Amino acid sequence: MIMLEKRAQPSRVWTLAAPIFAVLLTMICGGLLFAALGKDPFETIRTIFFDPLFSEFAWFYRPQLLIKGAPLVLIAIGLSFGFRAGIWNIGAEGQYIVGAICGAAVGLAFYPTESIFVFPLMIVAGVLGGTLWALIPGILKVKFDTNEILVSLMLVYVAEQLLASMALGALRNPDGMGFPGSRNLAKYDSATSWISENVGMHWGVVVALIAVIFAYVTLSRHLFGFNVRLAGQSPRAARFAGVNPSTLVLICMGISGGLAGAAGLFEVAGPAGQISIDFNVGYGFTAIIVAFLGRLHPIGILLAAGLMALTYIGGEIAQSNLGLPGAAIQLMQGMLLFFLLMVDVLTNYRVRFGKGAIA
Amino acid sequence: MNQPLLALSGLTKAYPGVVANKDVSFEIAPGEVHALLGENGAGKSTLVKTIYGLVKPDSGTMTLNGAPYAPAEPRAARASGVAMVFQHFSLFDAMNVAENIALGMENPPPQREIAERVRAVSDQYGLPLDPSRIVGELSAGERQRVEIIRCLLQDPKLLIMDEPTSVLTPQEVDILFKTLRKLSAEGTAILYISHKLEEIRALCENATVLRLGQVVGTCDPRETSARDMAELMVGSALLVPERAARPTGETVLSLQGLSAKAPHRFGTALHDITIEVQKGEVLGIGGVAGNGQDELVAALSGEMRTIKGMVNYQGQSISHLGPNARRKLGLLTAPEERMGHAAAPDMSLTENAVLTATTRQKLANKGFVNWRKARSFAEDVISTFDVRTPGPQNTARSLSGGNLQKFVIGREIMQTPDVLVVNQPTWGVDASAAASIRQALLDLAAKGTAVICISQDLDELMEISDRFAALNEGRLSAPRPAQGLTVEEIGLMLGGAHDMEVAHVDV
Repeated sequence: MIMLEKRAQPSRVWTLAAPIFAVLLTMICGGLLFAALGKDPFETIRTIFFDPLFSEFAWFYRPQLLIKGAPLVLIAIGLSFGFRAGIWNIGAEGQYIVGAICGAAVGLAFYPTESIFVFPLMIVAGVLGGTLWALIPGILKVKFDTNEILVSLMLVYVAEQLLASMALGALRNPDGMGFPGSRNLAKYDSATSWISENVGMHWGVVVALIAVIFAYVTLSRHLFGFNVRLAGQSPRAARFAGVNPSTLVLICMGISGGLAGAAGLFEVAGPAGQISIDFNVGYGFTAIIVAFLGRLHPIGILLAAGLMALTYIGGEIAQSNLGLPGAAIQLMQGMLLFFLLMVDVLTNYRVRFGKGAIA
Repeated sequence: MNQPLLALSGLTKAYPGVVANKDVSFEIAPGEVHALLGENGAGKSTLVKTIYGLVKPDSGTMTLNGAPYAPAEPRAARASGVAMVFQHFSLFDAMNVAENIALGMENPPPQREIAERVRAVSDQYGLPLDPSRIVGELSAGERQRVEIIRCLLQDPKLLIMDEPTSVLTPQEVDILFKTLRKLSAEGTAILYISHKLEEIRALCENATVLRLGQVVGTCDPRETSARDMAELMVGSALLVPERAARPTGETVLSLQGLSAKAPHRFGTALHDITIEVQKGEVLGIGGVAGNGQDELVAALSGEMRTIKGMVNYQGQSISHLGPNARRKLGLLTAPEERMGHAAAPDMSLTENAVLTATTRQKLANKGFVNWRKARSFAEDVISTFDVRTPGPQNTARSLSGGNLQKFVIGREIMQTPDVLVVNQPTWGVDASAAASIRQALLDLAAKGTAVICISQDLDELMEISDRFAALNEGRLSAPRPAQGLTVEEIGLMLGGAHDMEVAHVDV
């Protein structure tokens, strides 16, 4: 009989080893999945995990890592505060979209004026848009005790409709010959977020790294970070320590919404370029996996985002070179989270093999 | 009768890291009232769980009426005639008495029949109980009756009672004892676990004392003094706290008509609590759990805000202030639940120091925590209050109950409060730690701090209080000087028998 015995202190070894173990398990199960689909498992795993970094075309793929990784880092850092406090913002995708819309709207309003104030204003608009979109579930939770998971998730669909309406209506490019989609902001010098397209560097990457540093300092050295951790572990002790639960909900939702909105803005003003119906590609949801894979820790999130970006790019290569269905990649990304949660049990519990009646 | 009812021989049970019972042997005669004495951690719970079938011993044997007795589960124990009333009841608040009793039965007969049998048994043993009453509305003493009647319906030969009087007023204790004596006269043996020495001396004929898992002695409580029994339990001469300075008369905290709604369905509303607490005094507030203690502490700590003027500190209303604002003023509290409320179980002692001491000990500068200062404060608390732990980086969960309590109370005392409110300061704590906590509270009062001590342990309150008041159903009685109060008077202040139908025992 297998028994789980709670450890007195969480195991340090497993805290670090669990993600690695989870990745290995994912590679094995992913390999089996690919074999079942008729592809050579070793070649597929190599294509997904190693080719983007080391193959002959890696000079093309490596910038893609920065591009795909930055929004994941930014959103996941924002989410990690809420998740640590037990506040579940699942609608980061919607906040990302609304941030992009608001930021793009400001940029397009200034077109074709060139000024150094345009881009900063766009950033402010993006952050505000995302923050306000996230405060809707936040305020509803504080005032009416609604479930923020449901409200934030449903608002994602609202945001997607808003996006479509903007792309076809208010923000449509007047010089676009009737095609849907806004003007291309990446080509508008004052509005673009690109720093160097060749290397894949845009302002989003810079802000993501700054966010990692801020988050690390806050969580380890600041009272707010302490309160966030406390509220997640022992809500009653948090109230005893003077933490106001309502304020905490609003701040955490605000932070995650703001960062998601910023990520949306940097994306629409750079790699995506324009507001279009299919602007959002699921970063808001993948960031949830990244947050947990990184153990809600800023450095962990940085590494986990790198890993996820790798699987995105490697997945695309596998799709085009090996004919692997896109859904199989998404399945593998989901497996990663699943295995991580499973292996995580070992951090807090010891497995014992025993027999007979329990003591 | 020569043959004992229950005989234990060489029972041993070990868990990882601790030997709970070592070579325990004793006998209980039929109809005997036998006490099992020992501090927390002595092994009493493990022993009775072994007798009741919840725990399988590593070695040793038991016999019941001469035949080998090794129940695989409580059901088997009950079938053999052994019944147990636990310290923490297993009752559903939302159902009535008859339904709760039916839930504990293998093949429950129809409700009406259960109700009849409940009425019959309860009358017979002097514990009247209306089977149709909702359990959530019963007092703790009445709930215990439900548990006892549930046992009596099985016609047990041995009834085990685990700390039964921790939830009873003195009057209710008398009623319980009459019932137990009747049971004993009819041939049911009673194994009575308690640390309340005076009660054991009043009720029991034989006592076995456990210390650190082993039997250290047996005695006849009727002929042994409480002090001798306590020393057997602890193994060393007891340190009795000394009382020092008298209060100065200057009011530092006053409650005026403090009233509040019950925080949830099974909470307790506070009604019109009015009292003034002076510098340097120890105000003892007694009362069985569930009469508003948690709510009162929440109103004092700031976790529950109240109407202006209800809670006043040095003349100013602080009813609207939160916990940290009150800490800044000098009002500190130590809640009852040490794991999860007073301390975060999975955080280190250093982090738990930051939990409450940040404001007064200036552990943060512009929001940034000075972890070195926090660690050093935690180390001070650990050394001053003799907290047994390798160091402040250990989690709160890794400490034993007594040591964590010493840390929690020590943390508040070392912040030099002007008013300190403690709720059940020595609950579940071994005798020597309890004595040192009580002495620390007295020392604090001697330095001029007003101490409000809320406790279920009347002995403790009588030991340290200057004035005593009783909390009953959310109402606070008028305070009386503690000196000279009789147990009878205290019992009445606590609400007497709560208007329960006074029992009549057909002896």
